[in-house]
Amino acid sequence: MSTVLIIFFVLSAITLASAFLTIYSKNPIHSAIYLVICFFSIAGHYLLLNAQFLAIVHIIVYSGAIMILFLFTIMLMNLNKEDEVHKPRVTRLGAIVLFTLMCAILISIFINSKPISDIYDNSGEDYQSIKVLGKVLLNEYMVPFEFASVLLLVAMIGTVLLSKKEENKTK
Amino acid sequence: MQNVLEQIGIQNYIFLSTILFCIGIFGVLYRRNAIIVFMSIEIMLNAVNLLFVAFSTYHQDAQGQVFVFFSMAVAAAEVAVGLAILVSVFRNLGSIDIAKLKKLKG
Amino acid sequence: MDTSLALVLLLAPFVGFLINVFFGKSLGKSVSGFIGTLSVFVSFAVTLYFFLNISQTAQPIRISLFDWISISKFKVDFGFLLDQLSILWLLFVTGIGSLIHLYSISYMHDDDNMHKFFAYLNLFVFFMISLVLGSNLLVMFIGWEGVGLCSYLLIGFWYKNQEYNDAAKKAFIMNRIGDLGLLVGIFILGSLYSTVDFTSLKTVISAGNNVDPYWLSAAALALFIGACGKSAQIPLYTWLPDAMAGPTPVSALIHAATMVTAGIFMITRLNFLFDLTPEIQNIIAIIGAVTALVAATIGLVQNDIKKVLAYSTVSQLGLMFLALGTGAYEIAVFHVITHAFFKACLFLGSGSVIHALHGEQDMRKMGGLRKAMPVTFWTMMISSLAISGIFPFAGFWSKDEILLSAFEYNPVLWVVGSVASIMTAFYMFRLMFLTFSKEFRGTEEQKHHLHESPALITFPLIVLALLAAVGGLISLPTNSWLNGYLAPLFPAVEHEEHHLGTTEYTLMAIALAGGLIGIAIAFIKYIKQSQLPQQDSEITGLTKVLYNKYYVDEIYDALFVKPINVLSRFFRDYIETALSAVVFGFAKVTNEVGYYGKKMQNGSIGFYLFAFVFGVCAIISYLFLAHQ
Repeated sequence: MSTVLIIFFVLSAITLASAFLTIYSKNPIHSAIYLVICFFSIAGHYLLLNAQFLAIVHIIVYSGAIMILFLFTIMLMNLNKEDEVHKPRVTRLGAIVLFTLMCAILISIFINSKPISDIYDNSGEDYQSIKVLGKVLLNEYMVPFEFASVLLLVAMIGTVLLSKKEENKTK
Repeated sequence: MQNVLEQIGIQNYIFLSTILFCIGIFGVLYRRNAIIVFMSIEIMLNAVNLLFVAFSTYHQDAQGQVFVFFSMAVAAAEVAVGLAILVSVFRNLGSIDIAKLKKLKG
Repeated sequence: MDTSLALVLLLAPFVGFLINVFFGKSLGKSVSGFIGTLSVFVSFAVTLYFFLNISQTAQPIRISLFDWISISKFKVDFGFLLDQLSILWLLFVTGIGSLIHLYSISYMHDDDNMHKFFAYLNLFVFFMISLVLGSNLLVMFIGWEGVGLCSYLLIGFWYKNQEYNDAAKKAFIMNRIGDLGLLVGIFILGSLYSTVDFTSLKTVISAGNNVDPYWLSAAALALFIGACGKSAQIPLYTWLPDAMAGPTPVSALIHAATMVTAGIFMITRLNFLFDLTPEIQNIIAIIGAVTALVAATIGLVQNDIKKVLAYSTVSQLGLMFLALGTGAYEIAVFHVITHAFFKACLFLGSGSVIHALHGEQDMRKMGGLRKAMPVTFWTMMISSLAISGIFPFAGFWSKDEILLSAFEYNPVLWVVGSVASIMTAFYMFRLMFLTFSKEFRGTEEQKHHLHESPALITFPLIVLALLAAVGGLISLPTNSWLNGYLAPLFPAVEHEEHHLGTTEYTLMAIALAGGLIGIAIAFIKYIKQSQLPQQDSEITGLTKVLYNKYYVDEIYDALFVKPINVLSRFFRDYIETALSAVVFGFAKVTNEVGYYGKKMQNGSIGFYLFAFVFGVCAIISYLFLAHQ
């Protein structure tokens, strides 16, 4: 059991536990906090896989922006209370069944797939440092890159439009 | 530098990603609060991102990470717009229980 | 040149039909009538030209418009054959047709749909011409069906009366039954010889290949059944009396002179086939004779003037078939021509009477019209003498030849034919005396309005009466122009000219005497004794049976019509409901599927999410797991 493996298992445990608790907890704010912990653990995974840039970006975008959005929305709607009605029992049972089914199917697919090669490439070449990533992004993937910026612009405009309060016309 | 996957093994990452994804699905089906549903969707997206990065390391190729990059951008945009819609719904309906959003009945 | 003239001959009535159909209403009554008459007259003129041509050259003209059907060995072209027989036939068809068109201008003048009438008449003449001119059985069949159709249209011309519609339907359906026989005959001939062209058939059949004679007889019998349907022989004759529901010009043209002779035309055309099947000829002769007798007996007691003439037509057609059965084709043709003259004249005359009496057709309400309508009276008198076979009018010569030929074939048939002829003389003069003699028995108002019909009506009557008087000259026993003219069509020297010996003279004398006896009996009964036919309620006994046409219509109704109605009712009630249920079942299934499918759109997001996930599971498992 090498150190890396231990770290991996620890991080996985944190990820799965926090994800599960996100869903399970009654208070939305608690869910949000657990989700932040989950994101941090995933960033840890990225770091483990030597994707430093992605780890940082992940923390900034997800924990820093998206979760802040979530928290603000929760507070805006004053959902601090734990007053949610549960779904009917049948539905909850169905959800559990589907969950297990999906799990089973996916895992069985992966188990039945072709044997994974045990030889891992290790050319030593740098393929994912921020320098290389920048080059790949702006050479081969330039058009999607630009489109992504347009997408974000559009999303921003859309959000502003959607959440504008309507003016009273009878004034 | 040794490939870290030699020590961990790619199938572990696959299982982790799968289970995380299924937890996300479970959350989508199980909860009635729209915010929690959203969060579950984020979990699903993250599971996929994790798998991409793992395979990028497996193939020693940057393309996986590029896709994660874009996936994050899209997720951010989606969350923004989705929450804006949610806020509108809350303003109109007074609650974000998805069982109350039944007006498109067939 | 010949082709274009032949096309003019064929298409002139069709053009008249088109003009009357599309522009008839706006052209007005007289103009549409004139156009109708002119188109038929044009055909007559062209026919006259061809007739003069062929009398000199004796060469038939074959015109082929295009290749119609061509399946390996079986080739049929759309062609016309102008030989002696067809041109002669066309002469009287178009000639009498023009006269009747002329007559109709005046007769139908009060009708609002006169242009439609002329359209139908023109269409009929067109189909009749194509029937006669066809160079093969299929073109003839087109005309055959077409005249049946026009007969239906014209009989039911006053369509607002349901009885007339029923009569039209009856005519058409009975014709169709006969047509089935004709089709079977055509099929047999076509499959036996791979051709239905008349000239080719003649060559091939006369050459006498080793064809199974059973099939030849079958074909001949089937063709004869077709002729029975069209020419109103037993058992398919009941439509003809009912067809009197149509206007009188229709009865004159179609049911006296042209359409009903189509059967005889066909058999004459195929004489080479029938000559090879003597047992079928026997059947033809017997049926012809029996029909002649039965129809004559029914005609003895009818009170409707047109019905008497209708049964007389059936009876005379029987005589023509008797002639065909004995193999005397030229004589049958001769009788067709003379019959066309005097029967058309009789029908038109009766139309004149009906017109003068404003629609009255019951002879018991007529009488004494002789002074008021002299032209009608004299023309009808001449025609009645002709039909009774009195020397020297046309009917004498033709009927006499038929009876002569029958005597040589089988004396029993001669007896039957003679008895029918005597009855013919009787009931025709019964008609004459009841209609024209003694005092008028109708209403006072009718009596005031009695007058002779206008010139357009009397002119055709005069022409036809003249033809009935002198028409016999075309075929005198010793010196028959007609036989000589038609000789190329028939095998050489089958029927020698009758040598006028004692047998022939005796038979002629007997026939003449029979006719005179019939007239005398009628005279005694209706003039001397002043008897009148009874009212319908008072008729009893044998008279009642004859009056009700031997209840044949009722028998047919019980034997055929009712079972078919039961069968169709069964189909309607059970089979159709079942089929409808199947068809509607499809709609119902779709409806149900839609109804339950609609329930899936219940707007609940949770349910939709379930559906998503479930669908994805299904697809993934199919794609990845199902192919293990």
